[in-house]
Amino acid sequence: MSYTSHADLGGRAGYGAVVPEPEGELFHAAWEPRSLALSLAMGATGSWNIDIGRSARETLPDYARLSYYEIWTFALQRLLEERHLADADEIEAGHMLRPGPPVKRVLHAGDVQAVLAGGSPTLRPSTDSPRFDLGQRVRTMSTVADHHTRLPGYVRGREGVIERIHGAHIFADTHAQGLGEQPQFLYTVVFAGTELWSESGGARDLPTLTVSVDAWESYLEPA
Amino acid sequence: MSADVLGTHDDEPEHSELGRMDVRVRALETVLTQKGYIDPAALDVLIDTYQTKIGPRNGARVVARSWVDANFHDWLMTDATAAIDSLGYAGRQGEHMIAVENTPSRHNLVVCTLCSCYPWPVLGLPPTWYKSAPYRSRVVRDPRGVLADFGVTLGDDVDIRVWDSTAEVRYLVVPQRPDGTQHLTESELAELVTRDSMIGTGFASHPESTK
Repeated sequence: MSYTSHADLGGRAGYGAVVPEPEGELFHAAWEPRSLALSLAMGATGSWNIDIGRSARETLPDYARLSYYEIWTFALQRLLEERHLADADEIEAGHMLRPGPPVKRVLHAGDVQAVLAGGSPTLRPSTDSPRFDLGQRVRTMSTVADHHTRLPGYVRGREGVIERIHGAHIFADTHAQGLGEQPQFLYTVVFAGTELWSESGGARDLPTLTVSVDAWESYLEPA
Repeated sequence: MSADVLGTHDDEPEHSELGRMDVRVRALETVLTQKGYIDPAALDVLIDTYQTKIGPRNGARVVARSWVDANFHDWLMTDATAAIDSLGYAGRQGEHMIAVENTPSRHNLVVCTLCSCYPWPVLGLPPTWYKSAPYRSRVVRDPRGVLADFGVTLGDDVDIRVWDSTAEVRYLVVPQRPDGTQHLTESELAELVTRDSMIGTGFASHPESTK
């Protein structure tokens, strides 16, 4: 295994209490909104896709000790350096030292609203039929992917039920590796709390709990 | 960004850490601007958009409409993307929406255990706790314990569904309409709809509590 995500947190113990926050509190330092906007603007250049971006963030070695916008900032820098859009010595110097390769497009102020409103839909037309039916029992794969994936560890190898079929969506696993969209059917799979946590003696109220994930077809096999 | 939000951190010991990040982000912005990859004015528009235009008041209007308009409610529950779009809220991180409804016997909660997926067009940017390890790790396993951190208690017989947003589908919780609100207008009802109630970590407010 060479790929390690530090972001797969579901079910892990020891992180303490959740600290609520008032509704209007968006940022906690002046650099945070600039960092967010930089990531959005560079994302709009088409130099990488959202799954490549997620992969860059979740594999940062210091992920666990970084704040959210620190993660975004360091991942942005990494994505830029990997593509020589900006090199480490330039960021250190604080100004451009050499021209970089061209980008596909630049997000201009007048286009921001239209770009945000358009978004990036991931639904793709498909002439195939979904492999699984509503209500069908399925089991998630138990193997651990050696790349970015969206099947959380806590549902790996577990039995659940197909609850919704969302059509064919861009497959995050290949998209994140630069291997193309390769759309697959996406399902909401629901698991009983007792299926997920009984072995480890989880919450006191497991019988009332169900948890669902959205899973691509290749994550699943008939149960 | 309001000055008071920033000001609260000026005296804290991590000031030098924040300074280091400030330098780094300024350097990135300068380099990317000089290379022609970004338009700094676009950054200003992006920030202003998420500070003043796209936030949880959008989702509150969606919920209030669903409380007063049965046809809209049915549309929202069957094709949330289109129903929400009809009110003018669409796009980035809300391309594929699903609305899930709380009832006296069922409570829905939304999380992204793998990162921080969140329905931006209706709720804006996620709060810090939504993106943080305590919520992401625990809500799929001990949702009642997480709700207790928010001061929220559910009956023992209430079923809890946690929706882990692991792909590009985004979830909006439609909270229960509070009792005693039959006389309120749609816009008055929207004021009762809190951000947390649309994630599932709270209830809609009662009218007397917002006075």
